[in-house]
Amino acid sequence: MYVVELNDLQGLFTALSQQGYTIIGPQVRNGALTFDRMTSVDELPRGWTDHQDGGMYSIARSGDDALFSYTVGPHSWKRFLFPARLRLFAARREGKGFAVDPPAATPAPPYAFIGVRACELAALDLQDRIFMSGQYADAHYTAIRSSAFIVAVNCGRGGGTCFCSSMGTGPKARDGFDLALTEIMDGERHAFLIETGSSRGKDARAAMQAREADPSEIARAAAVSRAAESTMGRALDTSGLAGILAENFEHQRWDDIAKRCLACANCTMVCPTCFCSTVEDVTDLTGDHAERWRRWDSCFTSDFTRVAGGNIRMSTRTRYRQWMMHKLSHWVEQFGSTGCVGCGRCITWCPVGIDITAEAAAIRGANVATTNG
Amino acid sequence: MTRRAQSALAAAVDPMTPTPVMVRKALWENDDTFTLTLDCAPLGERYRFLPGQFNMVYVYGVGEAAVSISSDPARPGTLDHTIHRVGLVTTALAQKKRGDLIGIRGPFGSSWPIEVARGKDVCIASGGIGLAPLRPVIYAMLKDRDAYGRVIVLYGGRSPLDLLYRVELEKWANDFGVEVLVTVDRGDSSWKGHIGVVTSLFQYIKLDARETIAYVCGPEIMMKYTIDELDRRGVPPAQMYLSMERNMKCAVGFCGHCQYGPTFICKEGPVYPVTRVRPLLDRKEL
Repeated sequence: MYVVELNDLQGLFTALSQQGYTIIGPQVRNGALTFDRMTSVDELPRGWTDHQDGGMYSIARSGDDALFSYTVGPHSWKRFLFPARLRLFAARREGKGFAVDPPAATPAPPYAFIGVRACELAALDLQDRIFMSGQYADAHYTAIRSSAFIVAVNCGRGGGTCFCSSMGTGPKARDGFDLALTEIMDGERHAFLIETGSSRGKDARAAMQAREADPSEIARAAAVSRAAESTMGRALDTSGLAGILAENFEHQRWDDIAKRCLACANCTMVCPTCFCSTVEDVTDLTGDHAERWRRWDSCFTSDFTRVAGGNIRMSTRTRYRQWMMHKLSHWVEQFGSTGCVGCGRCITWCPVGIDITAEAAAIRGANVATTNG
Repeated sequence: MTRRAQSALAAAVDPMTPTPVMVRKALWENDDTFTLTLDCAPLGERYRFLPGQFNMVYVYGVGEAAVSISSDPARPGTLDHTIHRVGLVTTALAQKKRGDLIGIRGPFGSSWPIEVARGKDVCIASGGIGLAPLRPVIYAMLKDRDAYGRVIVLYGGRSPLDLLYRVELEKWANDFGVEVLVTVDRGDSSWKGHIGVVTSLFQYIKLDARETIAYVCGPEIMMKYTIDELDRRGVPPAQMYLSMERNMKCAVGFCGHCQYGPTFICKEGPVYPVTRVRPLLDRKEL
């Protein structure tokens, strides 16, 4: 492991830019930590932190110079790999018929993602299984994903809605990165412990003024992750959860949730693993040019399950149930692990503060009561 | 390379891009259901499908619908799709005539396992347009008729005029010794056949239950009761198969729309062993 001082971190940005990467990192926009293009360390949200709870999000001054002292915001990295809107193909009228133009070669500016948290690395891994690991591969996702340079950052504090340690995904990044940084602040000292996860990462580290870490620095970084672990605002007992939900398909709690849920789809938009999409077919006014666009969709929308014979999931009750059961139960059978990484976004960005950890616990609690009684 | 050749190449490599094919024939089966016969040479030599698989059918500028293939799998250059006119895309498809182009991508999904029926009796139970994805099974079996024991086709429609493939049903019965039993929900003045739900037809046949393979397709409620009836008559559930329908946008496991409990109908289905999905059939709004 290596250490780089704050003043030398710009070396990483310069090296990535020189290698042709488009650098994306956290920035303060409209009162939230979001992701945007950047070229310099100075654009990172120095001295900002965030406060999150069910249905609540705000940012505030942290009172120090830390670059990464917030947790995850409304954006997740899926917006670059699985964009909210993507043109699938264009077609032209040709005589009485039509011709389909090949999909445009995916514009793949190799991205460098700065500040990817452990939960988000887990989310990338889950979306890899959907878009790259089956019989078919999504060309856009594959192109962006395979070229992306990942700079992970280990969280130093747990957010109010965080529960990654329950899900086994964090707070410390274990793999899936090129570089992982842990921010160390001790008095006047402001440095980053560097771990490398790939040969590209080693090359990038070599481009910085990094030196080998001493044992005290390694211990200090370990304390950072322990602090994050001990300050997490939420927890979810996952033991046997997939089966408990499957057994409680007609649980009364679903009715209770439906009274609060607005079916607004916010949870699915901010979720870093939700992958549902729909398509829109459009033409220009002449009808000579047609396009097909894919855009994010949500299992909460009213026509998501419409078929010729009618609508399958007609109520908010069954739509929420589908979302939560998919995430915590069906996903296990589909992709080999739960679909929740514990980032807490669905809790924070739910306008009425519905909390997946509380709802799962309620169903589990009743289940335990039933089996004991 | 011409733009058209480029298009064909792209379609071959990208599962999301349709290939234009020409309508050879549009045949109305009843008031709201029609069969499009497509000349599928543009799909190329590599295009093969198995009974029960489906294509995504595209109308230029309008949209796409998942439609099962209802023709003979031994003739993949000519594809039939029997389509119920009900939504935007299927209404646009209903306008298509000989010489028009529509888009195709596929085939997708699982197939009816007809190899397990060799040497056994076959019971095909269908309701409404559910006969369409089973027609390729019948074609395949009639090509090799001696490999199977009895072939029984149970079919229910809303009314006599709604029945699909009437000429063929008679031909299968007369020329190939298929036991065809048809029922309708309500008859008309000319109807002398059975009236009632599909399951009511079981009283007229005697199954050698343990030696019977059953393929079921129709409305979910029809499939549920048909499976229960087959079960009551002693057909082991492990010898039953059914085909499911859900909303579908991509057909390749990305869009999430077709999830049926823990399964994706586009990947694991549409054809399932009954043992896989029977508990799910009782789950409302799953």
